[in-house]
Amino acid sequence: MNGFSGILRRELRLALAGGGDMLTLVLFFVITGALVPFAVGPDRELLARIAPGIVWIAAFLAMLLGLDRLLRPDREDGTLALYRLADLPLSAILAAKVIVHWLTSALPLILAAPCLALILGMDMQTFWRTLLSLLLGTPALAAFGTFGAAVTVAIRRGGLLAPILIAPLCVPVLIFGVGAISPLGGPDQAGAALLLLAALSLMACALSPFAAAFAIDWGEE
Amino acid sequence: MTQRQVYPEISLVAEGLACGRGGHALAAEIAIALAPGQGLLLRGPNGAGKSTLLLTLAGLLPPLAGSVRYAGHDAEAGPALHYCGHRNGVRARLGVAQTLDFWAGLNGRTGLSIAEALQAVGLAGAAGLDAGYLSAGQQRRLALARLLVTRRPLWLLDEPSAALDAAGQALLARLLADHLAQNGLAVIATHDAIAVPDLSVLTLGEAA
Repeated sequence: MNGFSGILRRELRLALAGGGDMLTLVLFFVITGALVPFAVGPDRELLARIAPGIVWIAAFLAMLLGLDRLLRPDREDGTLALYRLADLPLSAILAAKVIVHWLTSALPLILAAPCLALILGMDMQTFWRTLLSLLLGTPALAAFGTFGAAVTVAIRRGGLLAPILIAPLCVPVLIFGVGAISPLGGPDQAGAALLLLAALSLMACALSPFAAAFAIDWGEE
Repeated sequence: MTQRQVYPEISLVAEGLACGRGGHALAAEIAIALAPGQGLLLRGPNGAGKSTLLLTLAGLLPPLAGSVRYAGHDAEAGPALHYCGHRNGVRARLGVAQTLDFWAGLNGRTGLSIAEALQAVGLAGAAGLDAGYLSAGQQRRLALARLLVTRRPLWLLDEPSAALDAAGQALLARLLADHLAQNGLAVIATHDAIAVPDLSVLTLGEAA
């Protein structure tokens, strides 16, 4: 377990040392959300209705920004090859990467969510639900993202490919994520959507390290 | 220095090995048999497949034909080999000692301590420095220090003397001689002369 925590420490140190990256991410998240009211016009009722969707789309897009620096620098400086020869299985190393990806690109967004909630004029109840659904749903996005980064890491200009690849995988997360905030039917459905969202996250986090390790071993050919 | 330790006896056996990239064979019908304590120099012109052969021996590339075995290696004991490629795996914004400590934690602290290893490669004075500030030769020394903090019997070195100064080359020869004296094995691809006695030589790409 020594190596596992070592990877977490190393990646967090790198992310914090390049602190500008995280700030860019947060600003992107807030600006994306803030642009929507300008695009749809000053209709408070409409905005309140689509606010959960806006928050989720902004979070989804912002998390894609960090994908390219997840594994590519490791491949370029030869670290990824050494990871494959490490005492720790590659899947464990990638599990650490999923955690780091969540900590550095999802957690800052969740902390910045109040800004966006204010801009979109959310009421208090919707805001808490949004926070809860982001907390439960973003681990799935981080897991899918790591998988997408692993599949495309061997492709020289694959940086834009990963988002396209994982977008279909993320559709259920968005559906249940938004469903958990603004129930379309009775109030019961929000609870069910929340549970499904948690299940999705658990499944994705459990399986993606193995899928990503397989993709890397294969991609290096 | 704890130099009296000896590696478990492992031999490297490659039979009828063909290696290449993207299905295109660069070198074929390679036979290697290395007994404990033996070193092998890979020679050959640029593009003869030296690096590809090393990657194949490391298991990072699948062989096109034939097989590679580490006879006598206990798979429970973790990976048998260290690979040291062109790229040093050194990242800016991490300290020198931090980088080494990270690899020691990941691969197991079975060799020298961090301070001893840095001392051994002549980087003791740079321990607190950002690894991004190191010169190319110093980065190479840091990559070599990684081999010292975790004991593994087989070293696969790709151009290990690149960017090293005269003192660095002597250091590399000393490290290699020590490693072989402890029953270690080494395969080294290089164009330089390496001052280690009794290395066998395999020349690739002669026919081409």
